Amino acid sequence: MTLNDFLAPPDETARRKGPHDRIVMSSRVRLARNLRDAAFPGWAKKPERIRVLEHVQPAVQSLPGMKDAFAGAMEALSTLDKQILVERHLISREHAARGAGSGIVLNREESFCVMINEEDHLRMQALRPGLQLRQAWSAIDQLDSELERRLDYAFSPELGYLTACPTNLGTGIRVSAMLHLPGLVLAEQINPIIQSVNKLGLAVRGLYGEGTEALGNVFQVSNQMTLGETEPTIVERLEKVLSQIIEHEENARATLLEKKAKTVYNHIGRAYGILANAHSISSKETMNLLSLMRLGADLGLFPGTDRALVDELFLLTQPAHLQRQHSEKLSAEERDLLRADMLRERLKHVGRPVARPPATGNAGMDNTAKA
Amino acid sequence: MICCNCKEKPATVHYTKIDGDKMHKLDLCEACAKAKGVNDPQGFSLADMLLGLGASQEIEQAAGGADLKCPQCGFAQTDFKKSGRLGCSECYKTFAEGLEGLLKTMHKGTRHVGKMPESLRQSREAADHLKTLHKKLAKAIEDENFEQAATLRDEIKQLAGRPAGALQGRPV
Repeated sequence: MTLNDFLAPPDETARRKGPHDRIVMSSRVRLARNLRDAAFPGWAKKPERIRVLEHVQPAVQSLPGMKDAFAGAMEALSTLDKQILVERHLISREHAARGAGSGIVLNREESFCVMINEEDHLRMQALRPGLQLRQAWSAIDQLDSELERRLDYAFSPELGYLTACPTNLGTGIRVSAMLHLPGLVLAEQINPIIQSVNKLGLAVRGLYGEGTEALGNVFQVSNQMTLGETEPTIVERLEKVLSQIIEHEENARATLLEKKAKTVYNHIGRAYGILANAHSISSKETMNLLSLMRLGADLGLFPGTDRALVDELFLLTQPAHLQRQHSEKLSAEERDLLRADMLRERLKHVGRPVARPPATGNAGMDNTAKA
Repeated sequence: MICCNCKEKPATVHYTKIDGDKMHKLDLCEACAKAKGVNDPQGFSLADMLLGLGASQEIEQAAGGADLKCPQCGFAQTDFKKSGRLGCSECYKTFAEGLEGLLKTMHKGTRHVGKMPESLRQSREAADHLKTLHKKLAKAIEDENFEQAATLRDEIKQLAGRPAGALQGRPV
């Protein structure tokens, strides 16, 4: 089966629901593991990497959670397929750049994705929609326990799981959540929030992880320290910090509506205006404007329109997803034209935003926020 | 002062972060500061940065001799300086001395307290127990308490006599 046939279509992925998903787009827990008797992928020669892949891939595929999984070598995938996987946050950009000796195993539900020979022999991730860090941790913990019976992990009683980079040493865990924070950005409160989150030893990154921009007001928050604490402690700290960020975002939105409603409506109305009428639009501009539309949908300014449409467009308008819908190779300029065509078409039946939210005022508000 | 990143231009941007009782310092030239996004908190994470440059320097200073090579994979210190990654799991033993300080600045602690492979859990307990016995033995000898020392020595002998794998963490 080709990757294209395997992956759920974007209108389906956009409909995956989870707790607090109007702010927390997804949760992820990743574990780094290595084999005892092989050099780390960055240092190993090609034959050794291939040997590791041939050993590890069947072991991963044999796991109960990996029934009917998609599995393959990275070199068997086209550049386009790899880019699609990156845009879906299933593999890292670094992994997409790897060739011979690297592989991927992705389960049917797309809730587990294992990268083989990324920076470590194994980078296994559990993915969940919304805020579900605990669930993601327990799922990947179980997968890891099953795998440890089949593979001989590099582990030291003092230093824990040994990883290529000392920053991942110990638990090898990276707990992260992808957050949509337009309220904090519009209220200009995002920088102090990032700084205080940094002070707690957590990292805030852009849409595609390390060293990337916060496009579309999407931020990733994750732990940095992996040694000297237990996994549940790390998960709990993330949970605490995230619940505070959620609260700040909700407060920022409420305050903006109270004090600067016109500014907010103006931003959202203009975003809609451009998205629904442009004839050429870059992926970056699209993401930033879709973020405002997503905010509008959260605030009830687009009655009858589901936020899932915005999330679907968020994925569909990215370069590789756009390219996939066309057989000929597109230049960036051509993509900008086709992206605009698609947005006009898809937004044809979405009415322009109403001038004020429906009478309930808090329509679409997270029910954990104000009553 | 020279920029700690490019090691060419004079450092004009000085960044200090105090994290508990640890202090991290970076001295950068304007170009490197801009490239690393020091003025743009959204894109800047001190930890990322420390990884990129502080890391390699520290392992070099701390570990003896620059020619130290991992006997298992042939990885050398200079390789770490280039990539910030180690060669194999054995490297953690080879470069243990140099890594210690680095781990202290990076992590909450220097000893793993999280999950461990089930097959190892028991043997780790045994290893811990053995360590305690050795300490007690040394103390007993120091105190000239030879009777106790003899008992401890027998106990250690008995534990160490178990299949070697049990202490190495390999399934027996």
